[in-house]
Amino acid sequence: MAKRAAPEVNAGSMADIAFLLLIFFLVTTTIETDSGINRKLPPMEESEEDVIIKEKNIFTVIINKHDQLLVEDEVMELKDLRAAAIEFLDNGGDGSCSYCNGSKDPKSSDNPDKAIISLANDRETSYESYISVQNELVAAYNVLRDKRSQALHGKPFSELEANYNDVNWPGNKELLKKQIDQIKVDYPQKLSEVIQK
Amino acid sequence: MSKFKKKKGGDIPAVNTASLPDIVFMLLFFFMVATVMRQNTLMIENNLPFADQVEKLDKKDLVMYIYAGKPSENYKQFGTEARIQLNDKFAGVNEIAAFIAAERASKREELVPFLTTALKVDSKANMGLIGDIKQELRKVNALKINYTTKKGKVVN
Repeated sequence: MAKRAAPEVNAGSMADIAFLLLIFFLVTTTIETDSGINRKLPPMEESEEDVIIKEKNIFTVIINKHDQLLVEDEVMELKDLRAAAIEFLDNGGDGSCSYCNGSKDPKSSDNPDKAIISLANDRETSYESYISVQNELVAAYNVLRDKRSQALHGKPFSELEANYNDVNWPGNKELLKKQIDQIKVDYPQKLSEVIQK
Repeated sequence: MSKFKKKKGGDIPAVNTASLPDIVFMLLFFFMVATVMRQNTLMIENNLPFADQVEKLDKKDLVMYIYAGKPSENYKQFGTEARIQLNDKFAGVNEIAAFIAAERASKREELVPFLTTALKVDSKANMGLIGDIKQELRKVNALKINYTTKKGKVVN
């Protein structure tokens, strides 16, 4: 008997069905942005204890309502902020910081542990410029930590942290945790914000 | 002489569209994998600022979202000043405490200390509002915050 060819199924509407599904997903879903700058707010404390900090250990950054920067009483462009912050943090003025590469200027910060960056902003400052300034200041810390980590362990700090968070990383996690903590002690992130009045 | 039958008129043969569904399905699967369902309908403009020193927010279930920005085109009646949006509706600064309490109550108790508040704020908003939000968060002891930003070069 002659073989009869199976009749072809008409798949013309399959594309329409797929399009329908596609459009449904396009409309109901979003691509989430799930990254950002993590910060910790200072807790509300009843007792107002005045801590005396030497003026030279404070790096003041002020953003005014026209989004202009005043850094250490001088007008500054955003692109210079990172370098200025690094120079301040890495100064090592009192010689107690053996790993600092700064100029050891006695008028600038004593050591990275004492150095504090103080950020103040106006009520009319735009969120965008505030974030760019925050970003630059965090970058300054990250650059220094990377450098320190490179000198100690031959790897940038970000790689150490990535390894630590990686479940499949084969190395010794406890040792790694110690290394991370050591770098965090060497360059602690001390960024304080002035509360607007 | 059927051997030399002439071809039927000059009709153009139909284009084969059999692979069209495959292509559309490919797109569909890409969108299904790369996106998530919308949680809140945004009533505000929400152009996040750019930053390059970002950390990833993992553990989505431990994140509380606070949106802020200027009311978008369809909600002009709410003014042109940046406002806070919590869970599908506009809210005042004083409602943040209740919002955080409700979010905390909906999570398992041992997870509460790990909750992070993600601030999704429009880049045009001004810092007065953010300062108020932060102050409010400090009052309810929700200290871990994240300024959600897009990853990219900081633009001036």
